[in-house]
This record gives sequence, C-alpha cells and structure tokens, in this order.
Amino acid sequence: MGITTTRRIKVASAAAAGLALVLTGCSSGGSSGSSSASSSADCSAYSQYGDLSGKTVTVYAGIVAPEDAAYIESFKPFEQCTGAKVDYTADKNFETQILVQAQSGNAPDLAIVPQPGLLKQLVATKAAKAAPAAVAANVDKWWGADWKSYGTVDGTFYAAPSGASVKSLVWYNPQKFKEAGYTVPTTLDEMAALTKKIADSGQVPWCAGISSGEATGWPITDWMEDFMLRIGGPKVYDQWVNHDIAFNSAVPTEALDGVGAYLKNPAYVNAGFGGVESIATTTFQDAGLGIPTGDCSMMRMASFYSSNFPTDGSVTVSKDGNAFAFYLPGQKADDHPVLGGGEFYLAFADRPEVQAFQTFLSTDTWANLKAKASSSITKGGWITANKGLDIANLVNPIDQLSAGILQDPNTVFRFDGSDMMPAAVGSDSFWKQSTNWITGQSTKDTLDKIEASWPKS
Amino acid sequence: MTTTTPPLDAAVASPVKTRRGRTSGEIAKKQLSSPWASLAAVVLAALWTLPTFGLLVTSFRPEADIKKSGWWTFFTNPTFSLENYQKVLGGSGSDNLAPYFVNSLVITIPAVLAPILIASLAAYAFAWMDFRGKNFLFVTVFALQVVPIQVTLIPLLSLYVNLGIAGTYWAVWLSHTMFALPLAVFLLHNFMREIPGELIEAARMDGAGHVTIFFKLMLPMLTPALAAFGIYQFLWVWNDLLVALTFAGSSKAVAPMTVALFNLTGTRGSAWQLLSSGAFVSIIVPVLVFVFLQRYFVRGLLAGSVKG
Repeated sequence: MGITTTRRIKVASAAAAGLALVLTGCSSGGSSGSSSASSSADCSAYSQYGDLSGKTVTVYAGIVAPEDAAYIESFKPFEQCTGAKVDYTADKNFETQILVQAQSGNAPDLAIVPQPGLLKQLVATKAAKAAPAAVAANVDKWWGADWKSYGTVDGTFYAAPSGASVKSLVWYNPQKFKEAGYTVPTTLDEMAALTKKIADSGQVPWCAGISSGEATGWPITDWMEDFMLRIGGPKVYDQWVNHDIAFNSAVPTEALDGVGAYLKNPAYVNAGFGGVESIATTTFQDAGLGIPTGDCSMMRMASFYSSNFPTDGSVTVSKDGNAFAFYLPGQKADDHPVLGGGEFYLAFADRPEVQAFQTFLSTDTWANLKAKASSSITKGGWITANKGLDIANLVNPIDQLSAGILQDPNTVFRFDGSDMMPAAVGSDSFWKQSTNWITGQSTKDTLDKIEASWPKS
Repeated sequence: MTTTTPPLDAAVASPVKTRRGRTSGEIAKKQLSSPWASLAAVVLAALWTLPTFGLLVTSFRPEADIKKSGWWTFFTNPTFSLENYQKVLGGSGSDNLAPYFVNSLVITIPAVLAPILIASLAAYAFAWMDFRGKNFLFVTVFALQVVPIQVTLIPLLSLYVNLGIAGTYWAVWLSHTMFALPLAVFLLHNFMREIPGELIEAARMDGAGHVTIFFKLMLPMLTPALAAFGIYQFLWVWNDLLVALTFAGSSKAVAPMTVALFNLTGTRGSAWQLLSSGAFVSIIVPVLVFVFLQRYFVRGLLAGSVKG
C-alpha cells in the first residue's frame, strides 16, 4: 500500500502542475469572433469614432440573462464599424462588487450603474472619470435637464443615462374591466371611487406583495414616493429626498396615510392572498399573478412586472388583453408626475476607445438599436428617456405606454427617491420600517423611526 | 461502516473489558442499534432529506406550476417536464450552465490539491523537525484562522491587480489555498503528532532522511486525514461564491457554477423556476464525491481532533 500511495500522490501532484499550465493557457485566449449579424451595416455614422481595431472596452453590469443578450446585440454595429471589441460581463452582485473593484483598482472601463446613490459612492472612490464633452453634448440634446442632473456629482457631469423604467403604473385586467363596466381612472379621486365600487361589488380590489429577500419593503417605498409626488408636488418631493424637510413632517405623513387608505384597509386588500398582513409575506413577483386570472383587480407596480407573467400563452399583455397597466393618475387629470428609475454609464477609464464607446451609447442611434434588440430578443422590457427613441421600435405594449409617458411634454419625471437617499435610509430603514408599518405599526412611529435613522452630517 | 476500524485507532484505543466481559464498543453498539434509536435516525434522515426531495420534484415541474403551487401538489396533480433541465444544460443563452460547470472543476481541483500538498509538508516540519521559533510560527499559523475572509478581500484584490492576475484562475487558486492552509496545517500537524515517535526513530536508524520518512511513512498513514480534509476543502471551494466572484469576476471564461446559479433567476428574480434544476446540476458532483469518499470522511473527521 505504501508504495502505491506514494506513486498516486506523485502522479496527482504532477497532474496538478500540468493542469495548472494547461489552464492558464486557456484562460488568456477564448475570444470568439463576432458573428456576422449585419456585416453590411451602414458604417458612415461611426466614422467619427475612428479606427479602434484591436482595442477592447470592458462593460460590467448587474443585468443578467436573458436581458444581457440585447445589450450585447446592440453593441455589435459599433464593434463591426470601429473594430473595437466590447466585453460585457454581469452578475447580480454588481452593487457590492463594483465598489470592491473600484476601491482595489480593478474597475471595468464602463459600469452600468442603476442608482444615483451608488453613482455618488463610486465617484467618491476617485476611480471614476468625468464624461467627455461629446457625451455631455449628446445628453443635452437627447435628455431633459433632470436626467442630466442624476448623472452629475458635485457639479461634474459623469454618467450618461441608459435605460429607464416607469414606476407610476397600476396593473389591471382590461377584459374584466370591460365586462364589469369599469373605466380607467384619470384622477386620484376617481381611483378611490373605483376602488370603493369594486369593494362594494364583493371583490377585493387591490393586491400587493412586498417580500423581496433582504430588500423586503421596497414596493411600499415606491407607493409612498408616488403619493409624495402627487400630494406634495415635485418641489416638496425633491426637498423630502434631499432631507430639506423632515421625514416625519406633514406632507410625508399625509402621503403615507394616503397609501394606508388603500394598503391598510382590510376591505381593499389583499386579493387572492388574505388580509393586510399577507402583503408582508407575499413576494412582489407573485402578487400580481391574480390579475390575468381575474382574482385581483389592481396592483401598483413598475413597468418591468410584465416579465413576471407566465410565458405559456395564458397571459396577453395589451390594451385589450387580460393584463395591462394604466398610469397612476395625479391629483388632477392634467397633472403628470411620474416616478421612475434608470441606469447610467459610468466610466473608470478615459482611453480614446472608452470615450468613443461612451459617446456612441449616448446617441439616439444606440437607443434605437437597443430598443430593436430588446424587441427581438426579450420581446421588449427596455425603454429609455432618450427623446430620439422611436416608439415604433418597441413591440411590448407596456413599453410603448411607458415610453409614451416619458416622452409626453407634460410629464414631470422624478427618480425613485429611495435610490437617492443615503443607503442607511434608502436601502435600510425605509424598507424595514415600511414592512413594520404594513404589519401594524402606526404612520407616526414609522416616520419618526425613519427620521431618526437619517445620517447626521 | 461500523465494522471497518481504521488500523491506527485500533492500535491506540485498547478495548476496555467491563465486569460482564463485554467491551465498551459492544455496549455502545447495542445501545445505538435499539429500535428507538433507529426510529429517531430514520425520522431525522427523512426530515433532513425532505427539502431536497421537494427541490428534486420541483425541478421536473413545468414553469407555470412551479410558480403557482407547492411541489407537494405534484402527487395529486402530476405534471412532468424536462424543460428546466434542457434550458440549464443545453440552453443557448447564458442560462446554460455547462461552461460554468467546467470552470468550477478547473477552479476546484487545483484549489483542493495545492493546500493539501503544502499543508502536509508544513505539518511534517512542525511535527517532526526541530528549528528555532517553531512553536511561535505554529501558533502564528494557527492564529491566522481567526482572520475573516471579508476583511482581506479589498487588500488582496489590490495585490492581484498589481500582479496582473486579477480576473484569472490564478487569483482564485491562490486565495483558496491561502484561506485553507491554517486549518489544514493544524489538522494534519495534530494527526502527525499522534504517530508514535518510535516509528520515526526506527526509520531514522535505518538511514531514512526526512524526504523518505515523509513519503514512505507519513503519507500512507495520513491517507484518511488527507481524504477528509480534501472532501472538506472540495465542498467549500465548489460551493464558494464570494471568493470566485471577487477575484475572478463573472466573465464566462472563469466564473464558476455558483456565480451562474446566482444569476440564473434573472435580473429581477422572475425566472426562479430554473433554480431547482440548476441546483441539482450543481449538487451532483459534491454528492458523488461524498458518496465515494464518505468512509474516509467519517474516519478522518476524528483524525487530529481527539488525542489518544
């Protein structure tokens, strides 16, 4: 036994050394030539970027399969016309990984940052690079000033917007609405009246779910932000987000009570799941599955919810299908405040090829390429606030609705407030206290506790 | 399992006879095999396996059913689908786990062999060689165990970036080896100390040097301890997400299964029907390793932990 074991271990260690050599050989190569999807594409629009053959731009994001495929596809014309290679990697731990990478000098060339709050943290690591003038000019041309301000930190413009999402939406079942003779409300009062009408008919009108792992509670923060925007108006909303008014002052109290009139009324919730408490234990993904079946009449949830419906053909998302969304109305029919979110391209390198790619991403050309790619690969699910986006390039009715809302000149857009607040509030106490609130804590206690958790500085 | 006693243990533990002439082992055997103990063991095993069984059932159900009802409804309303496995094993997109499966193997095998090799050599030196500052060094190595991985992430990554190996397999292999060494050295050292000194001396009298003693004497006797630690390290590396994600990143060229599994649910967690089948693809290798090496595992767990 002695000799054979010795030999075995020798062989094993030799194999390990051999393996190590072979593998390092593999890891450095492995780049595959891009397939010729549209090799004869018109390259004249790309001549401004020059010849970037042999250069590589790395992009890191939190957007994974299947949505990543549309990004990779939309980069292809740039790769083919300039010769540069775009290396896209993504994982869902992006928000912590990108901070580690920025701090240890391992940052990618470009990161797709989903929150202005994280953007500020990344700029604070001093690893980020300000956007070149060409990007700033494109953003001035294609986006509103509010969007540019979200990519600006301390007066320096860093990041151009990428995608956007609209959160002020209420999902409903158009077929059931038609059968019952309900109409889509155009003011908050009409929505309250409709809710009462449905409840009086013996149906539970609303469904909601806030369970989402460690982020449990966030759907309520969205509800409250929407009501802040409607009750206080955009100005007070900005003051609230920047903590110029206290979290437990009059308007936020009114807003949260406004949400409570729906979510904490046992006659109004929680269709298909149980009482008010069941909101805390239902995942947001599951909450709206009762809409196409008719078990639930309304759910306030962002545009991306459409990807949660089963894809077996039982659900048709369209204006006269069995699932669609209407714009969560304002106080008056003319008010158009919209709560939303978005991603931003933040650069950590200022090499010419990175800046060229950054510039390309801030054009309407890319916006439409990406919209087309998303339409064909994931049946939509991506929009942008870029004014050059042609709505005809969107196939998903929800995307068309959302893009229409974003491009409406009456729309007043505001970024999701919890994404802009300090992390101790926006991704901690606001979520947790909202969860406590739905399970019985009073509005006053809830807002007092969030106010107390706001970092002093 | 109970009948095969490792030769070393047999040598060390001399059977103590009780008044009735039975060994303590026989008493223990009788007590442990009482029907009540068996029942408790069966109940525990069933409870323990139930969630995994639920996962297995779920992995064969169609997407709509997974999302609508619990796996137990399978028995009243059986629906069967291989779609989840088709997507996970042969899908065209990044749902396909196959390349990551290979990456996992490539990461795990060197990351298991390297610490075993280094630690057994180090443990031999600590156990049977005399040099200045030996005790101090040994305590230092052992004390390194208390350093949490998390505090080392950013400094280590900075080092790797300077060396130019961040985002390659080297960074992951090195990190796993480093993190495994303190415990490995400690375990193997204690095991080696238990080997009677007379054996070593006898070998020396016959003219054997350290190298001969290590390879011809120590390694054969160490097999159970090495195997046990190997399994332990294998499971740790195979299931690791943090180290691989931080040092190698998430690119398809280097990322292991765990990263792919983590991303499988989709950006907003809506595609979780693939998780159960993905989990089974990921579980299968550790289960095989465990099943084939488990006799070493049980035997080796005691190695180095209890002094005779």
